[in-house]
Amino acid sequence: MSKEILPGTPLSSEEFEKSITIEEHPTLEYRWDDGIAIGRYLKELKEGRIIARTCCGCNRTMLPPRMFCELCYRPTDEWAFVEDTGVVNTFCVTRVNWDASRRGPDEPPLIPAVVEIDGASKGMGILHLLGEVDPKKVKIGMRVKAVWKPKAQREGKITDIKYFKPY
Amino acid sequence: MGLRKVACVGAGITKFVRRAKETGRELAWEAAKMALDNAGMTLADIDCVVIGSAPDAFDGVHMKGEYLADGSGGFCKPVMRHFVGGGTGVFSPIHAWQHIASGKFETCLVVTEEKMSSCFPAPAGAFITIFDHTTEQPLGPTLIWIFALEMNRYMQRYGLTEADIAKVSVQNKFNAIDHPAAQLPGKITVKDVLNSEVLAWPVKRLDISPASDGAAAIVLTSEHKARRITDKPVWVSGVGWALDTAYWATRDLYYPQYVEKAARMAYEMAGIREPDKEIHIAEPYDPFDYKMLHHMEGLLLCKRGEAAKLVADGVTARTGRLPCCPSGGALGVGNPIAATGLMKIIELFLQLRGEAGKRQVPGDPRIGVAQAWGDLMQVGTVVVMSR
Repeated sequence: MSKEILPGTPLSSEEFEKSITIEEHPTLEYRWDDGIAIGRYLKELKEGRIIARTCCGCNRTMLPPRMFCELCYRPTDEWAFVEDTGVVNTFCVTRVNWDASRRGPDEPPLIPAVVEIDGASKGMGILHLLGEVDPKKVKIGMRVKAVWKPKAQREGKITDIKYFKPY
Repeated sequence: MGLRKVACVGAGITKFVRRAKETGRELAWEAAKMALDNAGMTLADIDCVVIGSAPDAFDGVHMKGEYLADGSGGFCKPVMRHFVGGGTGVFSPIHAWQHIASGKFETCLVVTEEKMSSCFPAPAGAFITIFDHTTEQPLGPTLIWIFALEMNRYMQRYGLTEADIAKVSVQNKFNAIDHPAAQLPGKITVKDVLNSEVLAWPVKRLDISPASDGAAAIVLTSEHKARRITDKPVWVSGVGWALDTAYWATRDLYYPQYVEKAARMAYEMAGIREPDKEIHIAEPYDPFDYKMLHHMEGLLLCKRGEAAKLVADGVTARTGRLPCCPSGGALGVGNPIAATGLMKIIELFLQLRGEAGKRQVPGDPRIGVAQAWGDLMQVGTVVVMSR
């Protein structure tokens, strides 16, 4: 290329800290629709049940449920309740929050996992958390079961399941 | 199909740094002007401009393509911005290839830019909205979670250890010592990686590429233009791209099917039947060390589960049979998302011209492949270059 020393001016950490911050706090918020499929999924979570959707084109029982099959590209056919148990497909042990901040020394690490739910087709997993388990003892292939919030506290959210625990 | 041959005739790049004083526009200008100078061209010779830049949320600048257009030489020209997450930088030359191969334009300036440092407290936070707003965001996910989930699944599937994976970080950071744009080059050991801060087990600090500011640019032209500009054109001989489902938890993460789809598309166009034997040099996307291995397998450069052994045996070193990331990769040079993919394309351009200086791979390489990956673990973009 034409230059031996490349352009670009790195700032030092000191200069980094000295930056003037322009603050603006626009009062924007998003109100997402839950949709036809996930709307029903959430309603059933409130009842302490997990519901999926079947497609007779590919014979899959799909979780999370959806109104169209992305493989067959046709409408899905029926609602089907699945179990609240499953198998850990993979997991990690994290000290990092969503904004890259670290969990405090007194806070236990979180154990996010992909859980393949019993009754759904092989490989149909959902993202959730594991609990009541020593992070060192978690294994891929471990069987787990949902721990639900008490009925009165459930709101029709994915967090109505507190976490999955070994069983 | 009536597609025309397309060549790369010039390249430019800025330093990749943690935080640059320059604005995104200024970075884009520096890289784009250098690419024009390198090709011996001026903006008047350019028919159209494509701009690659990843999420607007990094900069907090909406409509970033429009914002970057002036710095990218797009003033009063046909300009298109594209964005496929981390896959953007290798999609950029594909987008430009479409413009020229179709016969619509003769020359295209390809500019990629990323300024991640503007986002506080950390650009990682900008990723929260890529997760499903109803079924995933309430769990507080961050990208590192799913990388860690994927790395663990990959290790478990093939019985690999964290030390096996760490060797990639050691190799790439070492390679980056010779790259003039490099942000995090260095001689580190497997032990350094294993002892670095655990962020989300099994992912540790030194398994990850840094957040970076930087820009990169190339010039692509039709064959007859290229022949007049240079006696060393490098051909864009294969392109491929594929997108998998956003239901990322419903497919087994140990293997990137979408990368294989994209690779097969590119290899078919380039007439490559045995990629593991025919490709001389590879730049798989390596935002995390395990990702280079994952992508080598998706690119069909080795059998599934065998990439780590190739690294351990030195096959992927600059002097090995199949050099992977001779540039130093995202792990060593830095990872200003869209610009990283194009940095890899530029590495192939320089290597195939024999102009990579201290980084030059021996043996007169003639065919290379570059690949990037992104979105919600779902996009593969692949370009084969040859001379």
